[in-house]
Parts: sequence; C-alpha cells; structure tokens
Amino acid sequence: MANEILEEHIQNEYKWGFTTDIDADEAPKGLNEDIIRFISAKKSEPDWLLEFRLKAFRNWKNMVEPQWAHVSYKKPDFQDIIYYSAPKPKKELASLDEVDPEILKTFEKLGISLEEQKRLSGVQSNIAVDVVFDSVSVKTTFKETLAEKGIIFCSFSEAVQEHPELVKKYMGMAVPPTDNFYAALNSAVFTDGSFCYIPKGVRSPMELSTYFRINASGTGQFERTLIIADEDAYVSYLEGCTAPQRDENQLHAAVVEIITHKNAEVKYSTVQNWYPGDKDGKGGIFNFVTKRGICLEDNSKISWTQVETGSAVTWKYPSVILKGNNSVGEFYSVAVTNNYQQADTGTKMIHIGKNTRSTIISKGISAGFSNNSYRGLVQIKKGASNARNFSQCDSLLMGDKCGAHTFPYIEIKDKSAVVEHEATTSKIGEDQLFYCKQRGIDNEKAIGLIVNGYCKEVLNKLPMEFAVEAQKLLAISLEGSVG
Amino acid sequence: MISIKNLHASIGDKEILRGINLEVKAGEVHAIMGPNGSGKSTLSSVLAGREDYEITEGEVIFNGKNLLDMAAEDRAREGLFLAFQYPIEIPGVSNINFLRTALNEIRAYHGQEEMSAKDFLALVKDKSKLVELDSKLASRSVNEGFSGGEKKRNEIFQMAMLNPKLAILDETDSGLDIDALRIVASGVNKLKSKDNATILITHYQRLLDYIVPDFVHILYKGRIVKSGGKELALELEAKGYDEIKKEFELAD
Ligand SMILES: Nc1ncnc2c1ncn2[C@@H]1O[C@H](COP(=O)(O)OP(=O)(O)OP(=O)(O)O)[C@@H](O)[C@H]1O
Ligand SMILES: [Mg+2]
Repeated sequence: MANEILEEHIQNEYKWGFTTDIDADEAPKGLNEDIIRFISAKKSEPDWLLEFRLKAFRNWKNMVEPQWAHVSYKKPDFQDIIYYSAPKPKKELASLDEVDPEILKTFEKLGISLEEQKRLSGVQSNIAVDVVFDSVSVKTTFKETLAEKGIIFCSFSEAVQEHPELVKKYMGMAVPPTDNFYAALNSAVFTDGSFCYIPKGVRSPMELSTYFRINASGTGQFERTLIIADEDAYVSYLEGCTAPQRDENQLHAAVVEIITHKNAEVKYSTVQNWYPGDKDGKGGIFNFVTKRGICLEDNSKISWTQVETGSAVTWKYPSVILKGNNSVGEFYSVAVTNNYQQADTGTKMIHIGKNTRSTIISKGISAGFSNNSYRGLVQIKKGASNARNFSQCDSLLMGDKCGAHTFPYIEIKDKSAVVEHEATTSKIGEDQLFYCKQRGIDNEKAIGLIVNGYCKEVLNKLPMEFAVEAQKLLAISLEGSVG
Repeated sequence: MISIKNLHASIGDKEILRGINLEVKAGEVHAIMGPNGSGKSTLSSVLAGREDYEITEGEVIFNGKNLLDMAAEDRAREGLFLAFQYPIEIPGVSNINFLRTALNEIRAYHGQEEMSAKDFLALVKDKSKLVELDSKLASRSVNEGFSGGEKKRNEIFQMAMLNPKLAILDETDSGLDIDALRIVASGVNKLKSKDNATILITHYQRLLDYIVPDFVHILYKGRIVKSGGKELALELEAKGYDEIKKEFELAD
C-alpha cells in the first residue's frame, strides 16, 4: 500500500511550473562591487543607497553562511548567480495595457488577473497588487485609489525615487544590513520589492498584496519589502510566490521589514509556494528569508501569518521586536514539507517594552522523506515587566520516513514574565481515513479535511480569499501522501 | 440487497472469518449475535472495505455489484453504511462540514449536484430531531470529546443524513442509557423502509425489543452457526452461549 501511495504522489506535479518567454535585461553572472554599482546605476539610485549596498557587501564578504539550521543542502555558488534580470520594458508603463502581454498571461495562469483587478477597481473593496517578476516590479494596481487616502503603495525602486526620505529613515531599522549572512547579501544586491506607507490615522480600505515570481533561469531573487504604519494606522498585507520548475536550485533571499508607530497595526500574511523540487529532491528554491517587524511605539501590533508549502529548503523566522509598551506580536504558521523538502522555520519574539504580549501558533506537517523543524525564541529582556507569551507547536506526521523537530528557546530576564509552551505530535491515522472513506469521502478529500482541521487556528487568521487558496494549496501539496 | 457467500478473511496467518453465508433482502432487519471475538466487527469491517484484512475466499454481491472489487468510499457511495463500534475522532473538522462533504461526495457519485447550504441545514435540523441530537454536537468537531453515548447517537444521526440502503450497526446499543436506547431505536425504526435493510450487531436481546428483527444469526468462531427468528435471541438470553459452544467446539 505504501508503494502505491508513493507512486500516486510521484505523479503529483507542481502546477505552477511554467516559464514565460520574454526578453530579459540581465546582468552578467557573479557578484562584486561592479555588479552592485551596475544594479544601483540601472535603478538611478542616490549615492546613500549605493553606499548602503557597498557597506553591506563588504560586511557580507566576511560573514559565513549559517550552519545551525536543521537542513542540509549544497551551498549555493554565489558567483554563479545572475543578480539582476528585468523583463525589458518598452517604455515607462502608464497603464496596464502597456505591460508585456506574456507577463500578463503568466499572471493569469497564476490566478491573478490584473485585468480583473482593473475592471473591478472602485466597485467594491478589493485587493491592490504589486507584482514582482524576477527582480523588477511590473505593475501596482489601485495606486490612485490608495493615493486618495495618502497611502503609498508602490515598488521599492519607485519609493527610492519618489519618497527617498521615508526609505532612508526606515530601511534597515528592523533588519540591519549586517543582521545575518542572507540579509547582508540582500542589502547588497536587492533589486526591487514593495514599499508601503500608511499615514497617520488611516486604515487601508483594501488588502495590499505582492506577488513574487522567479522566472529567468540562473537568477536569484532578492527583493525587499518595507511596510510602515504610522500612528493609528492599519493595513493587512498579503504576499504570494511561485517559481517555474527547474533542475537547478535557485536562491531567494528576501528581506521584509515592518515598522509600527503608536496604536498602529500591521497584519502580514504569506502563502509561500516556491517550486519545491521534484520527487527526488532535484531542483527547487532555496528560500532564505529575513522577516522582522518592530513595534516601535506603544500599543502597536504586528501579526505574521504564513502558510509555507513550497521551496526545497526554507530558512525563515518572521519575528517581532516588542519595543513599545503594551505592544503585541503574533506568529501563526503552517509549514508543509513533502518528498525531500526541508523547512526550518519559526519566530523570535523579543519583549522589551512593558506589558508586551506575544502568541505563537505553529503547525508543522511532514510527509514523504521531508524534514520539518520549528525553531523559536522567546526573549524577555530585563525591564519588560508583565510580559506574556503563549506558544503552541504542533507536528503532524504522514508516514514514517519524515521527521518533525521542535527547538524552542526561552530566555527570561524579568521575573514577572509568564511564558507558556505547549507541544504535540500526532499522526494522521488509518482509522481516521477509513472513517472518512466509510462516509463516501475519498483519500485526497479526507486528507484535505483532516489537515485543514488541524490547521484551522492558523487558516482562520488569513483573509478570506487567501484562506481558500491556502486550503487548496495544502491539499495539493499533500496529494497522495498518507500516513 | 446483499448476498454473502462463503466469505473467508484473515489477518496475518490468522483466519477470522471462516465461511460466512448471509442473504439480506430489502425491507429486512437481521440481527447478528455472538460471543466476544467471534468476528462480528471483522465482518462489518470487511464489508465496509477496511484494507487490513485479506479476503482469501468468497463473494459478496451488493445490489447486483461485486462489493469486494469496490473501494471503501465507493461502497459507501453505493449505499453501505457502517455505524462503528468505536467511532473515530477527527479534531478540527466540524460534524457539519464532515457530513456536508460526505453527502456531496455521494451525490456527485450519483451525478447529482451539490446540495444547497439552505437545504443542507434544513436536513440537519430535521435529522437531528430524529435522534434528538443536541444542536451543539452538530457543530463540534467530529466525535471529539463526545461521551460514549453521544458518539453512538452521532453515528445514527450520520446514518439518517446519508440515508443508506444497507446499514450495519455494530453494537450501537452498547453504552447507551435506557432513554438514549429508546430514542436511537425509534430513530432506526423511522428510517426503516421497504427499500433499505439493516444488520444489527448486538449482545443484548433488549435492543431487539425495540427494533424487531426478521432474522437472528449466531456468529461463532468466524461462522454463522445458527439462524432463526427473534425467539432465538430470547433463547440465547436465557441460556447463554454454552450450548452453542459445546455443539460447535469440535468443528473448530
Ligand atoms: N487487526 C487485528 N489484528 C489481530 N487480530 C485481530 C484484528 N482484528 C480482529 N482481530 C481478532 O479477530 C477476532 C475477531 O474480532 P472482532 O473484533 O471481529 O470480534 P467481535 O465479534 O466484534 O467481538 P466483540 O463482541 O468483542 O466486539 C478477535 O480474536 C480479534 O482479536
Ligand atoms: Mg465487535
């Protein structure tokens, strides 16, 4: 029976594995100061930003790749990567009609129809999308609607040109350019990403969303996202990602920074579906991402929700620095690994302010020969009186060739802290599956049902449209893998 | 409805069913009794399509189709329902969602379209009344934290919702208090029709006072060793299995 199941699973293809044939404007392979100058010049950046990049690069050269994660892979050759690949724009894009039709087709295949977005514009509350294709942001929708509220939502490059003072002020605040090996690399070579600023007292009337797509072969994707919520502001932000099927591993090393001022709230949701590699573990994206938010001022809140189904290797710890008093950090995560995927993911909650609270809900699902680790740090600094943390880390195993691991670290420097940690490990039982079948529900549907039930607490945190997509994705990722 | 001929099933090298013959027609109620470990639950699992057992011999025809060739989910979709002796818990999946999925899968199999949310909820309301199921239980996770009796009642609720052709109730009466037994039995009676059939597996004559069987069979060491009318159950209740055991020991 086990063999049959494997067979079935082998036939389960990655459904986003197409490439788009477009004319790309690329940098030569390799990394040195000249390449960095090339990227910076391509983007007509101010001197301070070039300096930022070069400084990060000089630091990076002296850093070593982190070894502590519970993953093993062939280290990327950083001189064999193309650091800049832009779909060749014909000219400045003023409207959607000017976007390369091949790119539009790609996005349609991905299920995001910009046409649709445009048509619905203004009719009802909707989602504004920024799409980043390889390294360059192609199109941001609803920009005008948002501008009426004073919301800035644009590509990172555009923000550098149009709002340099904001970029300069906040960039690197949550993730300093020397934070870690991959953050330093990103700081040196990042090409684009999204920028979002919600002004004082404004609640964003729609979800803001970025779709990332790696397309060209041999490229790495190094995007940067910076989200700032000023006093009393609120925004819900979504991120989605896919990549074509390729035999080689491609590197994705992003940085996401969130900054919240007094009483502000940012909800950041990710559905990560980078190409995971084939059934033998060949190919797939190395997803080495640094995501961090800082609750800079009192009563602010940052919430990370992630559904991770893709990538060959994931190394990712969306974290919150709770600096303001009464600030709140949340981390809700579902991480699925199948075949030979490896994920080492979790969060860090750093309590600095008084009465700060954090919640961690992590659901790991391992199938096939995969390895799935939760790694989390809860740190209560001295003076962070009455800090509270609740952590729950559950693992679900499907089959007996996969692994689930939990590495919770807790450091408490203030006696008034209350920190709770719960962990469970369970298996999808034959009994549960048989019970479902006896009611007319087949294996695939049954697994979907059981897994969605298991992840409910996390899926409930996602905005509606995303939750539906995430549910489907979970079912697809686990197709045929029965425990 | 169902015709079982010389059914043999084993697990590992242990033969558990050793030549079962049973014919159940539409409109009939059959009771199967027998000492612990005689193979009653095994028979129901094998019919429902559990894969742990190896069928070594025999044939089962269900509504003109070869049951043993069908996947478990297709047997269910063809109208075979098993009320489990030990219902399974599925955390995080609400009873309602579970049943809605089941019902729509069965409908899809028969080429029918999905039931609308409105019709579905009306059906839930109607059927939960039948077994006096607390409406809170319908929205809770499948069997999770249910008391023993609640689980059994939930099985009959599911049966009412899915409206099977053949229902096999594996000791649905055990663990029910007197009132619950009466309610569940009356639910089963109301669901009875000339087009469906029921197999009751039980240890107690008491249930058969409420649901009167047309036939009673005694299963012993993997075989039906005696069949009769409802008076056979009364006889068993009075004398126990001693006589049967003596009579059939040699045949082991
Ligand atoms: N998975 C299994 N592995 C090993 N033995 C099994 C398995 N399933 C059933 N058996 C054995 O088969 C025999 C019949 O079991 P079964 O559960 O069918 O009995 P039953 O008639 O339903 O008993 P009860 O009245 O106690 O419910 C028992 O001896 C049991 O131990
Ligand atoms: Mg039994």
